[in-house]
Amino acid sequence: MASKKITNATHGISTVAVQAGEAHQKPGHSITDPIFCASTFTFSDTDAIIRFIEEKEEREEYGRYGNPGEKVAERKLAALEGSEDAILYSSGMAAMVGLVMTKLNAGDEVVFFDECYHRSREFCAKHMSRFGVITRQVKACDYDAMEAAINDKTKLLISESPTNPHLSIIDLDRFAAIGKKHGVETLIDATLATPYNLKPINHGVDYVLHSATKYLAGHNDLLAGVIAGSTEQLEPVRKLRGIMGAVNSAHNIYLLLRGLKTFSLRMQQHNKSGLAVAQFLETHPRVEKVYYPGLESHKYYDVAQKTMSGFGGLITFLVKDADWRATANIVDAVTIPRIAPSLGGVESLIEQPLVMSYYECSPEDRARFGIQDNMIRLAVGIEDTDDLIEDLKQALEA
Amino acid sequence: MKFRTKSIHVGNQRDPQTGAVVPPIHVASTFVQPGAGEWGEFDYSRSGNPTRKNFETTIAALEGGSGALAFASGMAATHCATMLFSTGDHIVAGTDIYGGTYRLLHKISNRSGIETTLAAANDLDALEKAITPNTKMLWIESPGNPLMSITDIKACAAIAKKHGILLGVDSTFATPVLTRPLELGADIVMHSATKYLGGHSDSLGGALVVKDQELFDRLYFIQNATGAVMAPLDSFLASRGLKTLAIRVKEQSKTAMYLAEKLAADSRITRVLYPGLSTHPGHDIAKQQMDSGFGAMLSFEVAGGFEKAKKMAESTKFFQLAVSLGAVESLIEQPASMSHASYDREDRLAHGIQDELIRISVGLEDAEDLWADLDQALSQ
Repeated sequence: MASKKITNATHGISTVAVQAGEAHQKPGHSITDPIFCASTFTFSDTDAIIRFIEEKEEREEYGRYGNPGEKVAERKLAALEGSEDAILYSSGMAAMVGLVMTKLNAGDEVVFFDECYHRSREFCAKHMSRFGVITRQVKACDYDAMEAAINDKTKLLISESPTNPHLSIIDLDRFAAIGKKHGVETLIDATLATPYNLKPINHGVDYVLHSATKYLAGHNDLLAGVIAGSTEQLEPVRKLRGIMGAVNSAHNIYLLLRGLKTFSLRMQQHNKSGLAVAQFLETHPRVEKVYYPGLESHKYYDVAQKTMSGFGGLITFLVKDADWRATANIVDAVTIPRIAPSLGGVESLIEQPLVMSYYECSPEDRARFGIQDNMIRLAVGIEDTDDLIEDLKQALEA
Repeated sequence: MKFRTKSIHVGNQRDPQTGAVVPPIHVASTFVQPGAGEWGEFDYSRSGNPTRKNFETTIAALEGGSGALAFASGMAATHCATMLFSTGDHIVAGTDIYGGTYRLLHKISNRSGIETTLAAANDLDALEKAITPNTKMLWIESPGNPLMSITDIKACAAIAKKHGILLGVDSTFATPVLTRPLELGADIVMHSATKYLGGHSDSLGGALVVKDQELFDRLYFIQNATGAVMAPLDSFLASRGLKTLAIRVKEQSKTAMYLAEKLAADSRITRVLYPGLSTHPGHDIAKQQMDSGFGAMLSFEVAGGFEKAKKMAESTKFFQLAVSLGAVESLIEQPASMSHASYDREDRLAHGIQDELIRISVGLEDAEDLWADLDQALSQ
């Protein structure tokens, strides 16, 4: 389906979120894109198949290779990211696996900043290792250590920014420059930042990855992942997706597109409420420390100010003089945020990393990962800000 | 609990079986019962469905009602309200009501011997004079379409109370973010959920919200007997839409105000109809009964007549040429050739709908991009 490009780089992000990637005139003259549930796409006759193969005609063939709704979502995501292309997957992890399986062959090496999502690091360290890929991990934001870990086998540098749950901010100019200097490609998982707050491509990063399950879709009701980058660099990634098959479903893609329509609006609210809640927590006597890049007390406040236009809804904080149980009591006492993993949806979510993600870890390992017993992670949704602050206040003072 | 928190949490309790943060979509047509002659909460989806119930619970909370019923479309909701009456009963409605409501009252309800008299809703005396001993309901809309006429809901409620009749308000344009008619004394609030409540131009739906239990029971009886209920998938999309209702409507109202001021200052425009402008005849009442904005619908007259207006409506890029309203995408239409084309020209002009009138539904795009679009289209 040919589409007339109706937005451009000068348009505001709300306009891009609502209209980019869509044809001005859609099938059936619908105002919204139809959901194509088709597993396969028909050819009118044999000549049409030959035209498709010989002339590389732009059209769909089989659902695993592409779907019209998926193309709309990919164009919209690329427009938001400021990249040439974007590839959609069935989940954020499927996107990560899709990229590393394309880029890393036996004998190759990958270097991670160690605050990157633990499942991504684990996939490389435990599974890619079976195929002879070596995974190195260096301390987050230690650029010298990252550079020192690079050798002539290194093919990929990976980090998250902001990181989870410590919200460390990577200096993307430095990160990208290291890659360029050594001829190594770079990937940033910018799930927590979103293209509303951060555009890694503009800093020279090669690939941007999102768990679109979070802010992009925004309603805690679907799973999706995306990788953005240049058309040329993504071409083999797209090909491999067609073979490995971790594509998203037509129904999910519709919900994602629908979520993207309010993306800019939701992010404005997440940023506003996130900052207000972080400021409230910082001044509360029961709180020992708050990790939020928008606070001046944050270790990476300056880098955040330089690279980000807002700081999102994720806040991590430590409860003063509390053991794990006293901390859990606060989690259990809140009434508006639900207790669940994940983040980025309209509903606020809360969790204690020790219990939710690191319960089976040894205390030594938890100390190494910086997961403290008195740590709470709060994903601020878009409920009324005063309601959230009041709720946290009663839980802290219960 | 404040509005935005309610819109996300009331009616969306976590699923007790799985803990799912978003309640599952129940597509079942029927429900297995505990025993013969023993009934569970749900028995058959026409009578009630958990997913529909969630949406009804949320919208009831947002309107400050005690109960709500969700329908297959806005017209199905309005039709249910008119089915409260019998042969010989009489309805008084504003002259600015939606064309579909006009058609229902004059071409369907009249077949059952229910008569309707229209009166200018902004003229309270005329409205009251139209009431007869047989009148059972006063039906109004605010803002009205397409002139954004504002009706004083509180004053209408006083009239309805004095005469012992019901007051129904089609509050589709205002949404509960801006106006909550039940708090102003109305008995029934009606919504085309297709518009702002759903908000994404991707489902049809309607709702009736009431505060009186006896009235709710009568309406529920009709809904269950006639069957025009909202489908589960649409109920899910409507609930999902409600979660961003407040931020959408406030942002869209802000952009509409910005565009109204730009248009009012533009020499290519002869008149702007937006309740947020002090020049609008309903501005003072709108200020009292609308919070946090004046809505995202506005109309204006283009200098140069029908052809110029038509050309303008066909030349916008972000404003897409379509009827309907209330969604994230901005829409534009010319009432004379589209939504009100079925009127005789004389009749249409008598209603104040000029040939050169353009109506826009302001979406979520950036305000400056939308102004640039209108500006270039006006120069075509």
